[in-house]
Amino acid sequence: MPLTPEEVRHNARLARVGLSDDEVSRFQSQLSQILDYFERLQEVDTENVPPTAHTLAMHNVMRDDEPHPSIDKEEVLANAPQREDDHFRVRAILE
Amino acid sequence: MDPLHYLAAHEAADLLARREVSSVELTRAAFDRVRALDDSLHAFLTLTEEEALAQAEAADERIARGDAGPLTGIPAAIKDVLCTKGVRTTCASRILESFVPPYDAFAVQRLKEAGCVMLGKANMDEFAMGSSGENSAFGPTGNPWDKERVPGGSSSGPAAAVSAGMAFYALGSDTGGSIRQPASHSGIVGFKPTYGRVSRYGLIAFGSSLDQIGPLTRSVRDAALVFQAVAGHDERDSTSASLDVPTVTEALAPDLKGMRIGVPKEYFMEGLDEHVRQAVRAAIDQMAGLGAEVDWEVSLPSTDHALAVYYIIAPSEASANLARYDGVKYGYSYSEGKSMWENMEKTREFGFGDEVKRRIMLGTYALSAGYYDAYYLKAQKVRTVIRREFDAAFQDHDVLVAPVSPTTAFKLGEKTDDPLQMYLSDVLTIPVNIAGLPGISVPCGFSRGDNGSRLPIGLQILAKPFDEPSLFRAAYAYEQASDWHKQHPEL
Repeated sequence: MPLTPEEVRHNARLARVGLSDDEVSRFQSQLSQILDYFERLQEVDTENVPPTAHTLAMHNVMRDDEPHPSIDKEEVLANAPQREDDHFRVRAILE
Repeated sequence: MDPLHYLAAHEAADLLARREVSSVELTRAAFDRVRALDDSLHAFLTLTEEEALAQAEAADERIARGDAGPLTGIPAAIKDVLCTKGVRTTCASRILESFVPPYDAFAVQRLKEAGCVMLGKANMDEFAMGSSGENSAFGPTGNPWDKERVPGGSSSGPAAAVSAGMAFYALGSDTGGSIRQPASHSGIVGFKPTYGRVSRYGLIAFGSSLDQIGPLTRSVRDAALVFQAVAGHDERDSTSASLDVPTVTEALAPDLKGMRIGVPKEYFMEGLDEHVRQAVRAAIDQMAGLGAEVDWEVSLPSTDHALAVYYIIAPSEASANLARYDGVKYGYSYSEGKSMWENMEKTREFGFGDEVKRRIMLGTYALSAGYYDAYYLKAQKVRTVIRREFDAAFQDHDVLVAPVSPTTAFKLGEKTDDPLQMYLSDVLTIPVNIAGLPGISVPCGFSRGDNGSRLPIGLQILAKPFDEPSLFRAAYAYEQASDWHKQHPEL
């Protein structure tokens, strides 16, 4: 079932990705084609088959809670697009 | 003997040990080669010549002290998906164009401890999403065998740098074939270890249940040496396996007596290039001649479903992993908008390329309310089916052998307008990541391009999880019985 332009825009909003009108129409046809291709999975019988999240048989990896030196604050903030004192600066979230 | 720039890393190490060449000389020669070739190939995004020469001098001192390991003083390229302290790491994306990591990836740290000389950061598909290198925001990489063709992807720059003799080896990452497929298209060796063998700490995340770091090299022995240098447990990656790493160099032997090789029928599918089919079959016959028992009737019936599973799971994981690029903490940031949300959407609109946006959209869709069961959960269940089929095949076989890619290297621009066609070029490498297996690509022949160029073909060898010794044994014995890996592009 092909995606509508509204569905593409809704999805882009969920992902917080701005799209031009041109991208909306291109992605509409490309994503529809790819989603069609995914339909083949419905042929596989997965009754009573558990899902695999990852391939290692590991759960709840624990370690001792010991303090270690962390990465230097200045080095981290050096990448900040906008900084104020020791903080990342962003546009107001609450209006 | 090969010219200096085409020596295998272990051969260069022998020269260093005998003091016939210094690491500084190897490093200068590598940069001369980069200057001569990289304007047209574009394998590198950032060169670190000053640091490299300092590392080379330090390596020469280690060698003089008798304190050298097998990789000490050998110049290498690092895919730009791996964080390097103080050296710009872009992931070939506009959104990270100016990002300078405050730390080294675990694998990079290990190579530095081994005395590596880092030439620079190698080009790739943006965020490792792609099969051709053409999704790099900074321009594509050419194939050293035919510059009108792609070197494969996403480790396009690492593959071209090693194939063209600019670097002695490279470190790449493989989420759905991104080491093995470019190695195959570029005529070199590419190895993806078992999921969990190499810590993902400092590897910029794409599909976290699939991503694995590994080497691209000019010989199987080199791949074994680099693997041993970077593998091992690291508590900063909770999926890092706490198992001892086998000394795979001890498994390198010239015969295959007693080895049970399985050939999965489904990998010789319709649409497989005839030259690829013939070269791979000839390689398998040669392995039988080395003493292996070959079973041509292995079946992995769900192979055909692996691609759909992958293109649901990998974009789903990517859509979550790439949520961190919001223009707040690092990287490109749009700041002219009226609100924080507008700034964030524009940051991602201008910062990400087409393929990255496509995969974020796909993943967001597959995980969204109402579609989760039909796409993501279904894909995870089929993932279990695929794993079980591999488990069954490995009951009676030590390794499985198949082609790496259905075709040889395609032309630049050939598939860029048709994402699904591009995805289909990963059809034979993806099942390995889905099942978490180790896999290697070894050169096994050539076909001819329409302009007469020679186009490399790769043989893929798979083993069960954590059985890297069997994989290396099979790869090495075949390589030593052939001379494909000794052929290099004329550049």
